[in-house]
Amino acid sequence: MPRIAALTGNNAASEAMRQINPDVVAAYPITPQTEAVEEFAEFVANGLVKTQYVPVESEHSSMSACIGASAAGSRTMTATSSAGFALMWEMLPIAAGLRTPVIMYVANRAFSAPLNIHCSHDDTMGGRDTGWIQIYSENAQEMYDNLIQAVRIGEDPSIRLPVMVSMDGFITTHSVERVDLLDDETVRKFVGEFKMANSLLDVDNPVTIGACALQDYYTEHKRQHSEALLNSTAKILEVAEEYARISGRKYGLFESYKLEDAEYGLVIINSAAGVAKMVVNELRAKDLKVGLLKPRIYRPFPGTQIKDALKHLKAIAVMDRVDAFGSGSTPTFTEIRSAMYGLPNQPLMINYVYGLGGRDIRLEDISKVFHKLVDVAKTGKVDKVFDYLTVRE
Amino acid sequence: MALSLKELSRKEETFVSGHRLCAGCGAGTTFRQILLAAEDPVVMSVATGCLYVATATYPYTAWKCNWIHSAFENSAATISGIEAAYQSLKRQGKVTKTIKFIAVGGDGGTFDIGLQALSGALERGHKFLYVCYNNEAYMNTGIQRSGATPLGASTTTTPAGSVSYGKSVFRKDLTGIVAAHNIPYLAQTTPAHWRDLMTKVKKALAADGPSFLNILSPCHRGWRNEMKDSINLARIAADTCYWPLYEVENGEYKLNYTPKEKKPVTEWLKPQGRFKHLFSKPENQEVIKKLQENVDNEWQKLLKKCNQPASPSESEAGGDKKPNLEPVAG
Repeated sequence: MPRIAALTGNNAASEAMRQINPDVVAAYPITPQTEAVEEFAEFVANGLVKTQYVPVESEHSSMSACIGASAAGSRTMTATSSAGFALMWEMLPIAAGLRTPVIMYVANRAFSAPLNIHCSHDDTMGGRDTGWIQIYSENAQEMYDNLIQAVRIGEDPSIRLPVMVSMDGFITTHSVERVDLLDDETVRKFVGEFKMANSLLDVDNPVTIGACALQDYYTEHKRQHSEALLNSTAKILEVAEEYARISGRKYGLFESYKLEDAEYGLVIINSAAGVAKMVVNELRAKDLKVGLLKPRIYRPFPGTQIKDALKHLKAIAVMDRVDAFGSGSTPTFTEIRSAMYGLPNQPLMINYVYGLGGRDIRLEDISKVFHKLVDVAKTGKVDKVFDYLTVRE
Repeated sequence: MALSLKELSRKEETFVSGHRLCAGCGAGTTFRQILLAAEDPVVMSVATGCLYVATATYPYTAWKCNWIHSAFENSAATISGIEAAYQSLKRQGKVTKTIKFIAVGGDGGTFDIGLQALSGALERGHKFLYVCYNNEAYMNTGIQRSGATPLGASTTTTPAGSVSYGKSVFRKDLTGIVAAHNIPYLAQTTPAHWRDLMTKVKKALAADGPSFLNILSPCHRGWRNEMKDSINLARIAADTCYWPLYEVENGEYKLNYTPKEKKPVTEWLKPQGRFKHLFSKPENQEVIKKLQENVDNEWQKLLKKCNQPASPSESEAGGDKKPNLEPVAG
């Protein structure tokens, strides 16, 4: 029977992992993901999953073990955050390059220094070009739903790529929310059996995985990887469609909120999108035509679709919980500005860094951004493309 | 566990010709022996190094077993995942065959950058054999020093010069570090002692838990010796007690080879160009002395661990006799 439960984001992630019931989990605890791996260890300890749990000595080893386990034909999952993500960094493009469909839950957390255990998107945004599929989640429900879908996406023979699904550290991982859960049997059927071609345990058909490829073949490997990633969009939508049939919850490449007739738009990822939707409602009540776009699938980046959703706007603010240091912009701004290039009537665009290290983003902060967009559209001028929001000057 | 050359010559090879290892490379001989000794199918995880780049360059491979390379420092972690998958799928009835797991690293990938991953995998008790083919420096990248490089060796990052006699510190005792993990089986050997090596592989693969082999693997590019002398040098390493052949089985130390006459360490040093400066500069005699003292001390400690009587005439050993080439298999 489907259930309704009060869960933290971490609970929702570990519950999805229990229902997915992977063959192998290799993970290392790190704040704020810890609760999820602790809970999963309890499932193992109580025989609720068939998983072989590998309590590795570091994140570098967790991703290395996951790559080995996945290459050996087992459904493999892990979880991490911030410094742990950074430590496994070397292995991220290797997991993708070897086409091992490891599924990873990431609790977004700021990088040091200064040390901070709260939310920035430094980790996953930094890892956006490692060749993984990336999915962002606003709340515990989305984390649960995305994690289950990720298995089907990554393991699809036409894709065969690792998938990371993230949500905001502490803000989402540690807040209790209402979550609608599917029953175990439905999830089990949805994810199905993992059948890996060229498994390392198929000893009758030996295979060499990870041979070196130099000037003569390296490029072809990269091209195949690139195409698999870019072509995964259709399958991602197909999986979402199928998931909607079992859950009643429909996901797209991104969420459009009151954008159709909007004049001013905000692009914002994860938990802050919830706050921003409230502001949209408030300003709509005051007849200000505002709307919001919340990216979900970040890799492959659905630039064309996002352009189509935003192109009629007068002005757009792109807000990121991360700075792309030295570029004078943020990752999502760069992506979207690039996607919008060449439009005959390009909307004016501004870019904000907000909420670093878990700093609260308040309703009035978002409201200020929308009013700034009204000014920009009125004057037709962008005085400052890139700025920090809510910062001591 | 009888090993006859006749039978071995009939066995199908798993590590086959066509690879690009140097003529006279110890690693090629070592892995041929290892895979000939394995009875069950094996899955290998190989760290970045000579053995990797010379044997698996797309679209070719010299390996007829299942095999993976993912990075440099994580061979033990990668095999952990593969072994975990095996345990999981076997429990679920999805894999039925008995499979053995071998992780491989050079001394760089084992003594240094991969030590943490190795320690973690040993502590977790995965059932696998870790083989360190130890050529005493980062040879693949051009002879840089490692934690296995001996005192006095000239490498490209510890070059001998007007004020330097090469590496200024002793190598670390990795076998001792591994022994401290209290795993069921570990040993040291060399490819010159093929019967000893293959017997140890069989024991290691039969162990109920992690096992480890530290195999001294001659590298004439880095050691600067004559190509034809590689295997002989490995013998001399054992005859000088620079590289004793011993094993630790469930905590019990056992000496597998006692040279009839313990040779002076100079017999090991002299044929190698990396130690040339120790002989050409009188002030470096002190380094040779230190090396001999170190070998003697370590040998005495090992004899004690193996419950052997102390060797009587340390520094008088030597002479013109040929080294005893017959290893005593364990």
